Amino acid sequence: MGSDAPGPASGAGPWETDEAGKWLDGTGPEAGMVVSSRVRLARNLEGHPFPHLLDQAGGEKVLSLAQDVTREINNFGHFGEFKHLRLASLRPLDRRVLVEKHLISPHHAEGGGSRGVILNREGTVSIMVNEEDHFRIQCLSSGLDLAGAYDVAGRIDDLMGERISYAFDPRLGYLTACPTNVGTGLRASVMMHLPALVMTDQAGRVTTAMSKVGVVVRGFFGEGTQASGDYFQISNQITLGRSEASILDDLGAVVREVSRQEAEARESLLRGRRHSLEDRVWRAYGVLGSARILSTDEAMRLLSEVRLGVELGFLPRIPIRVLNRLLVVTRPGYLQRLAGRELAPADRDLRRAELVRRALRSWNGRGGPGRGDPAAGAP
Amino acid sequence: MMCQDCGQNPATVHISQNINGEQTELYLCASCAQARGLLGPGGFPQFSLQDLLAGLLNAQKAGLEAEEPEAPGRLRCGLCGLSYRDFARAGRLGCSRCYREFAAQLEPLLRRIHGSTRHTAKMAGAQARRAPQTETGDLERLRQELQACVSREDFERAAEIRDRIRELERKGK
Repeated sequence: MGSDAPGPASGAGPWETDEAGKWLDGTGPEAGMVVSSRVRLARNLEGHPFPHLLDQAGGEKVLSLAQDVTREINNFGHFGEFKHLRLASLRPLDRRVLVEKHLISPHHAEGGGSRGVILNREGTVSIMVNEEDHFRIQCLSSGLDLAGAYDVAGRIDDLMGERISYAFDPRLGYLTACPTNVGTGLRASVMMHLPALVMTDQAGRVTTAMSKVGVVVRGFFGEGTQASGDYFQISNQITLGRSEASILDDLGAVVREVSRQEAEARESLLRGRRHSLEDRVWRAYGVLGSARILSTDEAMRLLSEVRLGVELGFLPRIPIRVLNRLLVVTRPGYLQRLAGRELAPADRDLRRAELVRRALRSWNGRGGPGRGDPAAGAP
Repeated sequence: MMCQDCGQNPATVHISQNINGEQTELYLCASCAQARGLLGPGGFPQFSLQDLLAGLLNAQKAGLEAEEPEAPGRLRCGLCGLSYRDFARAGRLGCSRCYREFAAQLEPLLRRIHGSTRHTAKMAGAQARRAPQTETGDLERLRQELQACVSREDFERAAEIRDRIRELERKGK
C-alpha cells in the first residue's frame, strides 16, 4: 500500500521524474511529421459489469487484480519495471501531469471512484484501470512505429490474458463498454504535425477525405479533444471485422499519404511564399526566444512554426526531441510540477516563457543543452 | 488561418459537423469555441462520442419500434440490469452479457459502425487455443483476396481461393 502513495510535492523520486516520456524522442520513421504512434487495446473482465455500472466493491476488485497484474508483469521482467497507482491517492495536479504526458485520458483524471493506472518507468506504457473499460493497455512510440507499439501492447495483453478471464465472444471478439471498440478493441493513433496543410487551408479537405476511408481525426489529447496548433491525432475508426495487422497497415498507409501531402504543401509554400514563410518562422523563433509572458496556446502555436522552420532549414537545428518535449513541459500541470507548487495562471505564463527561452538559448546552433533544461530530457 | 468568429486570433480549434448530410467546417480560437459552448473549461470539449452514438441509436430505435411489437426499450440485461433504453441513452453497454441480450438490436448498429458483425482477428483464452490466430488471419486475407479476384474477374484464381477458404473453415469447426 505504501508504494502506492503519491510522490512528494517537489517531484523527487523515480516515478515522479521530470522526464516527459521517451515517445517524445523525435526518433523513428517519419519523425519529422509524425510525433508519435499509439496503440490502445480495450479489455474487460468476463461476468463483471463494465466500470460505469460497477459498485465500489467491484471497482476495488478490479484494482486489486490490477495490482496482481503489475506484479506479474514485473516478475516476467521483459517489459521493464511497472507500478500501479490509485488515482484517488494522487493530487489533482499529479493526475493532470499524467494527462499532459498522454498516460491517462482527461476523462480518467477527472472521474471519481476506484480508478487506477499501471505505468512503466519510461512513460511509454500505461494501463488505465476502470476507465471506460476495465483495462486499457496503451503503448506509445516515437515516430511512425505502429507495429512496435502494437508488439508491446499485444504481448502485455497475452500476459494479462493468462491471468484474467477476458470478456470475449468468438463472433464479436473482445467485448467493450462502447460498441465502437468491440472486436479487436484496438485503437491505433498517430500524432501528426501538419502546419503546411493548415497554412494552405487544406486541413479541412484532408480531414474530410480521411473520414471517408474509416480514419478519424482528433486533437492533441486524443479521444474527445480537438486538434490544436497544427497537431492532429489520426486513428482507425473500425475495430470489428478486420485483423489487427490490416488495421495498422491501413492507418500507416493513410499516414504516409498525409505526410506526402504535407510535404507537397511545404514545397508549394517554399515556391510561392518563401520570404513570408521564412519571416514567419523567424518571428516565431524571435518571440519564443525573448517573450516574458507566454500562454499555453501561444507557446503551442509558435513551437509549431519553429518546428517547421527547423525542418525547412531556415532556423538553427534545434533537435525535434527538444521541441516535442516543450509541447508537454509547457503545459499548466507540468509547469506546476516543475515548480513544486500550484501557480496562478499569470505566474505560469512567466515561467513558461522562461522555460522556452532557456531551451532555445541552449540550442542556438552552438552546442548541447544548457544546465537545468527540462526540455532537453535525460541524456 | 484566423478564427472565423472574431478574426483576431489564430484558429486553434477545428470543428467538423455533419447535419443531415450537410458538412460544415468551423475554425475557431479557443475563447470563441468556449463562447459557443463547444469547449469546456480547461479547453476540453464538452460533446463526446457517446452523444454521437446515442443519436445514432435513437435514429435506429424509431425504425425498430415500428416493426417490432415489443419495444426494445423494455429489454433488460439479466446480469447487470441495464435496459436497452439506458443503452440507447448513454451509448454504452453494461456488461459482456448485454451483447447477448441485445444481440438483435446491436447487429444493425455494429454493421453501421464497423461495416461488419464478425470478429476475424486475435482470439482470447480457450478460443485462441482452439483456432490459432494465424489461420484466422489467413482466412481474412483469403476472403479479401477472393473479393479482389472476383472484382477483376479472375474466376479461376477465385475458385482456388474459395476452396482454400472452405478447407480452412472446415478445420476451424
